Amino acid sequence: MKREQAALLSSLGAGEGHVIDAWLDGTGVTDSAVRRSMTVEAKEIAKALGDGLAAEGDLASLQHGGWAELRHVLETLSSSRAARGQTAGDTSRFILALKKPLFAGLQQQLAADPAALMDAIWATTTLIDQAAQYTVSTFQQAREELIKRQQEELLELSTPVIKLWDGVLAVPMIGVLDSNRTQIVMETLLQSIADTESALAIIDITGVPTVDTLVAQHLLKTVSAIRLMGADCIISGIRPQIAQTIVHLGIDLQGITTKATLADALSLALSRSGWRITREA
Amino acid sequence: MERIPILRMGSVLLVTIQVDMQDQTAMALQEDLAEKIAKTGASGVLIDISALEIVDSFVGRMLASISGIARILSATTVVVGMQPAVAITLVELGLSLEGVRTALNVERGVQLLERARRGASLEH
Repeated sequence: MKREQAALLSSLGAGEGHVIDAWLDGTGVTDSAVRRSMTVEAKEIAKALGDGLAAEGDLASLQHGGWAELRHVLETLSSSRAARGQTAGDTSRFILALKKPLFAGLQQQLAADPAALMDAIWATTTLIDQAAQYTVSTFQQAREELIKRQQEELLELSTPVIKLWDGVLAVPMIGVLDSNRTQIVMETLLQSIADTESALAIIDITGVPTVDTLVAQHLLKTVSAIRLMGADCIISGIRPQIAQTIVHLGIDLQGITTKATLADALSLALSRSGWRITREA
Repeated sequence: MERIPILRMGSVLLVTIQVDMQDQTAMALQEDLAEKIAKTGASGVLIDISALEIVDSFVGRMLASISGIARILSATTVVVGMQPAVAITLVELGLSLEGVRTALNVERGVQLLERARRGASLEH
């Protein structure tokens, strides 16, 4: 075991309770309930750190095999704190607060040898910094995974294909249309047309906040693809503002049947396929 | 080189494309079809591409030109059973095949040809 490791281990071990108290004092938390839960976390980290030192973990790199347990404890800490709504900054500040009591311990032991003290402090600060950084990157990774999963869920949620009538399908589009989403809508709609052999598809854009040239182009592509498959398409739910925008932008929707509401589109679909709705009495 | 068979059903010529189209096959089909339409005086051409899974721009253009040739020879062309992936590819290639009639399946394609023929006979 190197001298720094030994010094660090003994300054951590010299009255473990004392180090943890000094650590928590350093975080500036006064609430006793919060402090109790932090004590549990601090003890776990101190234990993992001590075990890592005993296993001769390399102080220069947290990725060293000896720190496996410490990394695991830090991951758990990061995710449990994130679940409690604490920021990544809070968590890393908590880890960084460990420096002060450790430095104090090192100073007591190595006061006679300033060069060794300097080395030990440098090695410790490198390790603690890496530990703090590790909690932040774990936190960020967890967040990114969450965002990715939510995006995928949103994509699936936002593209239902509904059978309105025998041979009539409808897709209510909700939210901003980008290339990615239009592609998925196009694929699911075309597949449903092929599966159900529906002769008519209604694309309802009531829930689309804005229509620009790109969105219009996506819609035109979808309509062309539907036509190629041998089915027909009606676009419904065009709000007055959107109608104005389409005309102002000079987008050519000729050859595409458009209706103001989904009800209008359905009634057109029914009359085209020969259905007649009558009201009794 | 394999040739795609052209079947005659009354006044309709039926072409079922079961293999991936090579450029040569497509050219041969175009020629055969033009001759057959002229010889039989068919009023409709039905091209079933439900088994076709891969298209390129050449095949896309071939479909459009067959339709054009048939129109000149006074026959209506209907392309039936296009797969979703094929439709998306053609649109991405910028080939929306304006002027080519399409139907979901052979049955509806035949209905469409029937209607087109009746419409044409009314005109005369």
